[in-house]
Amino acid sequence: MRTELRLAGEGGQGLMTAAIIFAGAAAEYTDLNAIQTQSYGPESRGGSSKADVIIADEDIDYPEVDHPHFVVVMAQEACDKFVPTVAKGGTVIVDSTYVGSVPEVDARVVKYPISAKARELGREIVANIVALGLLTGLSRLVPEEAVMKSLLKRIPKGTEELNKKAFQAGLEAAKQVP
Amino acid sequence: MAHPLEKYLRAGKLPHIWCAGCGHGIVTQAILRAVDELQLDTEKTVVVSGIGCSSRAPGYLHFDTLHTTHGRAIPFATGIKMANPELRVIVVTGDGDAAAIGGNHLIHAARRNIDLTVICFNNTIYGMTSGQYSPVTPGGSFASTAPYGMVEPSFDLCTLVAGAGGTFVARGTTYHARPLTNIIKEAIKHEGFSFVEALSQCPTYYGRRNKLRAPLDMLYWYRDHAVGVSQWEKLTDDEKAGKFPIGVLKKVEHAPEFSRVYSELIARARERSEA
Amino acid sequence: MNETGPRLLQGNEACVEGALAAGLRFFAGYPITPSTEIAEICSLRLPQVGGTFLQMEDEIASMAAVCGASLAGAKAMTATSGPGFSLKQENLGFAAQAEIPCVVVDVQRVGPSTGMPTSPAQGDVMQARWGTHGDHEIVVLSPSSVMEAYTLTITAFNIAEELRTPVVLLMDEIVGHLREKVTLDAAGKLPVVDRDKPSCPKELYKPYGPGQGRLTDVPPLAAFGEGYRFHVTGLTHGEDGSPTNNPKVGERQILRIVQKIASRRDELARFEEISMEDAEVVVVAYGGTARSAKKAVRDARAEGIKAGLLRVITLWPFPETRVAKLREMGLKAVIVPEMNMGQYVLPVKRVIGDACPVIPLNKVAGQFIEPKDILEAIKGAM
Repeated sequence: MRTELRLAGEGGQGLMTAAIIFAGAAAEYTDLNAIQTQSYGPESRGGSSKADVIIADEDIDYPEVDHPHFVVVMAQEACDKFVPTVAKGGTVIVDSTYVGSVPEVDARVVKYPISAKARELGREIVANIVALGLLTGLSRLVPEEAVMKSLLKRIPKGTEELNKKAFQAGLEAAKQVP
Repeated sequence: MAHPLEKYLRAGKLPHIWCAGCGHGIVTQAILRAVDELQLDTEKTVVVSGIGCSSRAPGYLHFDTLHTTHGRAIPFATGIKMANPELRVIVVTGDGDAAAIGGNHLIHAARRNIDLTVICFNNTIYGMTSGQYSPVTPGGSFASTAPYGMVEPSFDLCTLVAGAGGTFVARGTTYHARPLTNIIKEAIKHEGFSFVEALSQCPTYYGRRNKLRAPLDMLYWYRDHAVGVSQWEKLTDDEKAGKFPIGVLKKVEHAPEFSRVYSELIARARERSEA
Repeated sequence: MNETGPRLLQGNEACVEGALAAGLRFFAGYPITPSTEIAEICSLRLPQVGGTFLQMEDEIASMAAVCGASLAGAKAMTATSGPGFSLKQENLGFAAQAEIPCVVVDVQRVGPSTGMPTSPAQGDVMQARWGTHGDHEIVVLSPSSVMEAYTLTITAFNIAEELRTPVVLLMDEIVGHLREKVTLDAAGKLPVVDRDKPSCPKELYKPYGPGQGRLTDVPPLAAFGEGYRFHVTGLTHGEDGSPTNNPKVGERQILRIVQKIASRRDELARFEEISMEDAEVVVVAYGGTARSAKKAVRDARAEGIKAGLLRVITLWPFPETRVAKLREMGLKAVIVPEMNMGQYVLPVKRVIGDACPVIPLNKVAGQFIEPKDILEAIKGAM
């Protein structure tokens, strides 16, 4: 069993970090195999950025993601470009704060104001962690506790409370999805 | 009876490759006299060079010696010094080696204030490849690649190194051999980046094309145009024209030396990682 | 650091872990994508073990400083990518000529020139072999996984120290930037080799001496400052390190730096073989591309097609003996997928000769060679 996930948005939105936390959770706190790859333009801020994760219970030879089962998009450009790559019957998680129109796809589309929620919690910078909570809740690939451990290991000291809140908000939002 | 400096030579490697009348033997002797007078530990002294006539000197010297690639003596020396800061590292280089192909390394080593003693044998010409102009060939001089005369402005190496942050900068000439020894001694003793520009005649490729054919012509030229630095400061701009100062031009004591600074960084990093 | 258990590590991170496990004490480098993480991690980690990290003014200076540090006795490394690898070539040749142990990591990206800095390629395969001028041999290792980036970096240091030679760890952006689950302690305590030091009286030391007189010998290497007072030059030299114009002496020196590596071709050769026993089509692949090849071979087997994978780990010296054995298998074809216009296929073709078709499969400009591309080629050859 091999599940592919893709997180895409603008440089600076922290999607690479979210992908590393998710893959790290699977790799370090479960028996699952995980890899994480990235592609990016020359910009550190702005520009389009995508981070891919593969979770599997077998060896992962080919590291590229072609048709992700889960796609998270947090910017319009990323949405237009990557939502059409979603696997049939997969799940698309859209940050409705920044994404207006979503291309027609044969997949479940979950819209949630991820960035607005993060702002409400204190700082928009944790929007990636809200997204991580949504992804964790909706994908059910890796236990919440594993993702939480990986999160706490990888974020700067002093930001634990805000990040925990953001992660919980994402998990809650996932629970509301029918 | 053996020459008092013979113990510093690999006598079996002589005779050297330098032309009759070349000034490089005088500069090399000044270095060895300085080493001898300072009683440096020959087992803890490394001499590094690049490519060119002057850079052949280490092959004749009985220390750990490293003859590197063109222009790169200073970064090789930087690796040696940083891997073992106990070593005293002397770099022997020429004007093409240090100021043209190696110019970037020269200014950055000066900026770091790493404890290297760089002695630039400046004959204002590429001797090894038979007389092309270098970045310090005087305007109007002839060279094999300047058949109509040198049209590029030249570097003042001492000002360059001082501007880049070198904490010891001095100039000498082969005419002033004894003062040159003293300058090199002081440069070696200085903890930090020290640079000595040693003007050295090349009768074969510079003098021949520039009406200074006999070796003595160039030595006399040094005698007549060099002014001791204390005298120099008293001259008016008109009096300075066509002349150049010799002696210690810049000396900053107690500036943080790079290998020492890095040792302190290591101590901090270890403390933090153990904490 | 010193973490046990499974970790999600990047290829570049694993390379540094391997270097530290091998005894790295000096790194000099210059920032360049996609190798920069190696420099960044070294800047943090090396001082913690008493080592030195230097960000030099350019790539040329980095390679020079690595040579200098190694001569002063430190295990030394630099890391770069295509444009920087080009700049390092002269001093890489110096290390080969002067027999200075060191490791050069090249995380390949798309070239030529600045190319595509963040996209993968395998276009430096021939440069790694022939990038510096003049006749020399060099050892080039190519990892396919994060775990291998760790183990092969240790191997690279061991070979460098044992043979007194520069070793190139030829990664690609796929492996350098890939994060993968690895358990470093599972590799156990890998052996670490240190260079031989002279045991003769100091005045008799010959840094390029003949040992027992065989061209394949590797002379011991003293460190500067240990009192041997020896000479090192990039000029062709005799046993004492002094330059020579004597063709007999010069020839012996050149033959020795070639033979000490060429004569060990078989012991240096490293592979991974999958489903090779009864293969009718063999894929010869390396680095990141070998991951696609592995998947393609498994997919082919699932469809009943007898495909095999020979994953080459030691790219240079070219593993003549192993590749020559493919001639005897009565193969329908050998397929060589590479993210370049066809570089490693050349020596493979030379050795396979007319025994069977050798089919190159190439993509450039950062495009992955996908498993289905290779599977298609396998089917086409059956």
